[in-house]
Amino acid sequence: MTAAFRTTAAGRLKGAKPVKISFDGASYAALEGDTLASALLANGVHLMGRSFKYHRPRGVLSAGAEEPNALVGIHRDAARKTPNVRATVQEVYDGLTAVSQNRWPSLAFDVGAVNDIASPMFSAGFYYKTFMWPKAAWKSVYEPTIRASAGLGVAPDKPDPDHYASRYAHCDVLVLGGGAAGLSAALAAAETGARVIIADEQPAVGGALRFETGSTIDSAAGWDWAQATAVKLAAMDNVRVLTRTTAFGYYAQNMVGLVERVSDHLADPGHDLPRERLWQVRAKRVIIATGAIERHMVFDGNDKPGVMLASAGRTYLNHFGVLVGKNVGVFTASDSAYAAAIDLKQAGASIAAIVDLRDNPAGPLIDQARALGIEILSGRTLVRASGNLRVASMTVRATSGGPERTIPVDALLMSAGWTPSVHLFSQSRGKVAFDSATRRFLPGDYAQDCVSVGACSGTDTLADTVKDAVAAGEKAAKAAGLAKTVGTKVKAETSESWAGGMVGAAPGAGPDTTGKAFVDFQNDVTAKDIRLAVREGMRSIEHVKRFTTNGMATDQGKTSNIHGLAIAAEALGKEMPEVGLTTFRAPYTPVTFGSLVNHSKGRLFDPTRRTPFHAQEEKLGAVFEDVGQWKRAWYYPRAGEDMHAAVNRECATVRKAAGIFDASTLGKIEVVGPDAAKFMELMYTNPWEKLESGRCRYGIMLREDGFIYDDGVVGRLAADRFHVTTTTGGAARVMNHMEDYLQTEFPHLDVWLTSISEQWAVIAVQGPKSRDIIAPLVEGIDMSDGAMPHMSVREGKICGVPTRLFRMSFTGERGFEINVPADYAAAVWDAVWAQGQKHGACAYGTEAMHVLRAEKGYIIVGQDTDGTVTPQDAGLDWAVGKKKTDFVGIRGLKRPDLVAKGRKQLVGLRTKDPKVVLEEGAQIVADPKQPIPMKMLGHVTSSYWSENCGRSIALGVVTGGFERMGQTLYVPMPDKVIEVEVVGQVFFDEKGERLHG
Amino acid sequence: MLLIHCPYCDEDRPELEFRNAGEAHIARPENIAEISDEEFAQFFFIRTNPKGLIYERWRHIHGCARFFNAVRDSVSDKFLMTYKAGEKRPTVKAGEKA
Amino acid sequence: MADASRIHPLAGRKVANPAVTLTPAEPAARLSLRARPDAVAALSKALGVKLPEMPKRSATSKSGGRAALWLGPDEWLVIDTAGGDPLADCAKVKALHSAVDISHRNTAILVEGKGAEATLSAGCPQDLSLTVFPVGACSRTILGKIEVVIWRTGETAFRVECWRSFSAYAFDFLEEAARDAPIAA
Repeated sequence: MTAAFRTTAAGRLKGAKPVKISFDGASYAALEGDTLASALLANGVHLMGRSFKYHRPRGVLSAGAEEPNALVGIHRDAARKTPNVRATVQEVYDGLTAVSQNRWPSLAFDVGAVNDIASPMFSAGFYYKTFMWPKAAWKSVYEPTIRASAGLGVAPDKPDPDHYASRYAHCDVLVLGGGAAGLSAALAAAETGARVIIADEQPAVGGALRFETGSTIDSAAGWDWAQATAVKLAAMDNVRVLTRTTAFGYYAQNMVGLVERVSDHLADPGHDLPRERLWQVRAKRVIIATGAIERHMVFDGNDKPGVMLASAGRTYLNHFGVLVGKNVGVFTASDSAYAAAIDLKQAGASIAAIVDLRDNPAGPLIDQARALGIEILSGRTLVRASGNLRVASMTVRATSGGPERTIPVDALLMSAGWTPSVHLFSQSRGKVAFDSATRRFLPGDYAQDCVSVGACSGTDTLADTVKDAVAAGEKAAKAAGLAKTVGTKVKAETSESWAGGMVGAAPGAGPDTTGKAFVDFQNDVTAKDIRLAVREGMRSIEHVKRFTTNGMATDQGKTSNIHGLAIAAEALGKEMPEVGLTTFRAPYTPVTFGSLVNHSKGRLFDPTRRTPFHAQEEKLGAVFEDVGQWKRAWYYPRAGEDMHAAVNRECATVRKAAGIFDASTLGKIEVVGPDAAKFMELMYTNPWEKLESGRCRYGIMLREDGFIYDDGVVGRLAADRFHVTTTTGGAARVMNHMEDYLQTEFPHLDVWLTSISEQWAVIAVQGPKSRDIIAPLVEGIDMSDGAMPHMSVREGKICGVPTRLFRMSFTGERGFEINVPADYAAAVWDAVWAQGQKHGACAYGTEAMHVLRAEKGYIIVGQDTDGTVTPQDAGLDWAVGKKKTDFVGIRGLKRPDLVAKGRKQLVGLRTKDPKVVLEEGAQIVADPKQPIPMKMLGHVTSSYWSENCGRSIALGVVTGGFERMGQTLYVPMPDKVIEVEVVGQVFFDEKGERLHG
Repeated sequence: MLLIHCPYCDEDRPELEFRNAGEAHIARPENIAEISDEEFAQFFFIRTNPKGLIYERWRHIHGCARFFNAVRDSVSDKFLMTYKAGEKRPTVKAGEKA
Repeated sequence: MADASRIHPLAGRKVANPAVTLTPAEPAARLSLRARPDAVAALSKALGVKLPEMPKRSATSKSGGRAALWLGPDEWLVIDTAGGDPLADCAKVKALHSAVDISHRNTAILVEGKGAEATLSAGCPQDLSLTVFPVGACSRTILGKIEVVIWRTGETAFRVECWRSFSAYAFDFLEEAARDAPIAA
């Protein structure tokens, strides 16, 4: 069945496959190649949406991306529900399901339309006045009501099941827009051999040739030439032609963001196709050929369904073969609407009249219209369009006033002329310039290596457009480094004319009139609203825009900005440029979150780093915690154990027998070169020159300001080689910090740094049985206390693979850290584990590690320090080389504030009640009865239950802490005050005998 | 995303490969342990933060890993030139491409 | 005693579609080699590979089993896939240098097929076209959210080196990106 308004007299969809679509539950016949808008219009459906504020019935205004009215929801399935899709952009597919928005209970009968009647209440700026009083009503009444009525469409409530592709691309010449200008420029550039990308937002190239049937290029119909040129370009190796692709953002140094709609137009996209593809294109030169957007006329009732841009009416006819009406009126100030009237007339529609604001329109198009018997009412204006859910008549009078005449119509085409699309040019930080002769803004000063050609730069004739475009294409290729030009020729002839045009409200919608003459359809801004804004004191277009919301809807004012500016300028008695033009910002049209998020979701949201022992730990039932990007074994619960029980057992087992711990995530840096020790002297507070090969030292690294930056055990492997360890979290920044000093402050030193964090996997074996566990696996290393004392390092073999074996301890027990090359790690773990089983060892996780080190008062940088703690504050003064003349932080440490009395110092805290475990971060005060706000003395930095001590233990920083030993302080909590005693940092084995025993 | 010319790779490379490292041409005093509090404050805390031409350090951290210097216009964000660490501070006028 | 064979962190993973295959590379010996220009000749001789001194260049030994990739003005990544011991070779060189074993720090993914470049271009902001990134070109750069070294070993073949713990992300990313390679070149 053919839709009622589909004609065979015109259009390019002849022979296209019929498909069925549904809109608000009703089924309609459509053709493949239709947009949702053209399909509905073919079925005589003009009512497609309701406006945002007044809920006025709306139809399509346009046939493209600038559409402000026909926004619908597209529902593919439960998870795929896209709101605010422009019906003029959405291509149909068999089974397409669309729903209207912003109406209840139905599109034709909408309760919200009462807002239209009550519109005096909702004038511009009402938000800023209405909800001011009473104040208490804001939370209870105003905000909930506003929130409920805010927004258009309904967001999907399920995770997006689609995937999105991403591509960085590079080219010599990027052409934005595939109309006559863009294609000519692309062809000229491509024929020089330049790498060219050309993007167009429509399903096929052609631009205005889509509706302008009066143009001939290279002896072919304009549209046919465009398609043939696209085919020719696509066949070239150096060219990429992207259709359905919107250039949404123009960023620094010719980086342009494109989004390609890959499968939204397909009935069954399948699993493999991405929904969209994001292109981040870096171009040496950009040619902007974005054309122009037709402006509507501002008059009362210009938003009635059936009232649309002349170019839209012509597109529906010439491309889609759809008559937008059978008795069509035209209201224009530009020649181009005549061509629409002529085409419609020739396709069988009657033209009720052409109302032209101009007194004496003249030219071939006007003559042709007259010759076809079309009534031309020149020097007249349209004061009103009437009708309920569809335009039914237009009311005409002379521009100067006088009697009115009402003419029945079923559609009304309008044209106030063309606005060059300077959006992307403006986004590139180019400055627009006002052309006072034609009253339009054109590209002025360029900020980047780009050029605008064709209608977007104000070129009105096709011949000039293609000539300029070819020259621009050749010039861009040359600038990009392509030497040869082949002399591309494109020859164009046209009967089209874009002469004429006006800006602002039509006569009849002036300051003295009532009625709603819409400037911005989507945000329901009328000419009156803009005049009101001026009366309220707004002087700049930036203020007018925010007061009225003109141009602030999802269409970003593509049709409304210039009219709004002109009306404001007139009301202010100024020229348009004096009132200003708002800067255009990305995105040009709305971009899905999916394309921007792209691959960065789920497993690719952030890298998850696992150690080489991860599988072993999983097998042992480890619970993992996130430490930065790392997954670290937190604790290893056995059957029936909670975290507390598991950690208690692990802590006790380490001190009784031994524990096996994955320390692989620690940062490791190999410092190599004859000046390695000199460099270490500068980077760490400790002395290094005299450290013997094979021995280790705990090092502290400061920033230049004297505060602790990192710490770790450093082993000297040879005179010219150190194996440095850093904290897990500090690995990358410590490496950067060291490289910074080496490259920029100490470049004279013969030393290099290499990250070996991931070369070596590390198994810490800690506890009295640690040596017994490891020794049988080790070859070539004498592990006796005499040969390998605490804080030493040896190279040899374990389980037949190389190892750097450290004797060191972060638990206070005899301990070893076995470094093995990562690919061998799992096998070594298994062997150590098997040995450990013979000696009653267990695996322990990061939680037990934290408890064990706190029992010994070992600090964790970043937990017990916060970037304002000096070695002295932390009780680590012993690690600062007193005789050293230089190290990073040496001067900072002498700053008055750092040597002053009363600094916060790290101390132990014993709760009076041994069962009470303090909360980390809790504040410490001297007198809990003092009035709030209390004077804080410091805070708890580490706090745990210590099974080995049989009580809670804690560390904290306390003002003058070292002088408060034995004092009672208080930790006020919401429900109680906890009494604590200030003690030394070490809770277990104070003499440190177990390290050696 | 900016393109930054790495003076070591001698190529314009994407900003993602780089990291800013603060103001350039602030040398750590060789006798740092002896300098006065005022001198230390000048060296460590005080930065010019100019509107317009700024001399700053960058590191091609995900490329050749070298630190280098750049002259950038803090108003337009544009790099005027980059040069190797240790090279003399060039004289560049705003709006001029060196 | 343990079995001393190396376990690849990506063992068992493989992606193949009509445009691109992703394969974990065989274990290799790797060196981070650092030296100033005056040591280049001696090191080149010892390694049997002429260390490239131009950015983005690599050089391969006669047998093809060993390559040196320029990463920075004094930094090379030496990769030996033929069972050699480049660390031992450098140990014989007296000239000032730093050679550090990173055989296990890095792992590699081979990205091969006519869609290889497109696959990498999903996450690498560099221009990987043959004119700008010809066969033999190499660079440390970015892939998605991680650092990698990309080395073009053939017109349609790349080796992507990354740190061990980032290899799962790298493979996951490339696997996702590879889906698009047969669809858009």
